[in-house]
Amino acid sequence: MPDISVRHRQGRFSLEAEFSLHNQWTVVFGPSGAGKSTLLRVIAGLVQPGSGRIRLNARTVLDTTSGVSVPAGRRSIGFVTQQPALFPHLSVRENVGFGIRHLSRERRAVRVDEMLHLLGAEALADQPAPQLSGGERQRVAMARALAPAPRLLLLDEPLAGLDDASAHDILSRLLSLDMRVLYVSHDLAEIWRMPADVVLLDAGRVTAIGPLQQVLAPYRERLLEQLKA
Amino acid sequence: MDLQALWLTVRLATATTLVLMASGIPLAWWLASTRARWRPLVEAVTTLPLLLPPTVLGFYLLVLLGPRTGPGRVASRLLGHPPAFSFSGLVIGSVLYSLPFAVQPLAAGFRSVDIALIEQAQLLGAGRFRTLTAILLPLSTHSVVAAAVLCFTHTVGEFGVVLMIGGDIPGATRTLSIAIYDQVQDFSYAAANRTSLLLLCFSALALVLLYMRRGRTGTPHA
Repeated sequence: MPDISVRHRQGRFSLEAEFSLHNQWTVVFGPSGAGKSTLLRVIAGLVQPGSGRIRLNARTVLDTTSGVSVPAGRRSIGFVTQQPALFPHLSVRENVGFGIRHLSRERRAVRVDEMLHLLGAEALADQPAPQLSGGERQRVAMARALAPAPRLLLLDEPLAGLDDASAHDILSRLLSLDMRVLYVSHDLAEIWRMPADVVLLDAGRVTAIGPLQQVLAPYRERLLEQLKA
Repeated sequence: MDLQALWLTVRLATATTLVLMASGIPLAWWLASTRARWRPLVEAVTTLPLLLPPTVLGFYLLVLLGPRTGPGRVASRLLGHPPAFSFSGLVIGSVLYSLPFAVQPLAAGFRSVDIALIEQAQLLGAGRFRTLTAILLPLSTHSVVAAAVLCFTHTVGEFGVVLMIGGDIPGATRTLSIAIYDQVQDFSYAAANRTSLLLLCFSALALVLLYMRRGRTGTPHA
């Protein structure tokens, strides 16, 4: 039985996706409007699908037939989108510590420092969130999502719009993590070298699943053109 | 100047504002976030006092809180005395009459908060209460202040509802606006002028301070 099996209808758009997370990294690849973001929002628990079943690390977080729907905050999922949505009235440190309030103040401070160090953002700790640049905001958003040690990290085009150096640095830091990541992208150059499986999504349907370079081989010419340009 | 009426008015406005903030914040958040089918009905009911003549609201409240009705008996039991013609009755009437002045700016403020921030708070494990206190309220401070100021000033200037429910009992239900009415009836125009001027200056000052604060924070909504 697949880890993720969801059906969701939103107006004329319908999403039907079934796949398992075999690898640490799974890339959801497809054109704009394919349903990639909707799929991630369903998995995160932000959108309730018409029907479906989601199992994460042997734990069922959604099963519409038996009425199970674990709320978003209890699914142990970190979610970072292209727009980082940092809390503007809080400092970087407060943002990163938001999801670990159950820890003592000392342990929380240590964890926040660890996460900021992991993302190369330790120098930003005491800055107000609105003063950060795009790349800095994304680093802080990732540190915030990782602080509660989620079972699954959902990344929805998190590097889109960042300069190449920042994007490369952030991605290499993320790839060093030992955790499951579901990464949405429509940028072939960005994902090509990832040691990941890929779920190819088109018009709300999964059209192919497998090792990334094998499944995306037909798109290789396009990638080479992109790199030349 | 009727100092007794002034003190009663300040007490009434303070009590009304506190009750409306405590009840208006959760109600406004519900209105701002729910997709329930009966939301338009609740919204219409909370907005109704804006359009309803105060005497109409006061009359129905007087009847509703009378000794022969269920709500009236419950209120009597809870308060230890009949609500009509008492300070508690004035508070009940004022709360209902000023409800839209609390709920409308609060709901507008909550709606203006980016939904992505609320979703992130939820993903990070914040329940509804923490999302409200840690995200929504700090990001809607102007709306909260606006709602509190509007409730207070509106209650200070109330006439029709308080007269219908409370009558004109010195020290118990006579507010400043009723005192002005009495002064005019007695042809004490100088006293009525002093009291009216006080209310005029107070309301104008409250609004000026509110708009100055809005100018500093740059918040676009009320």
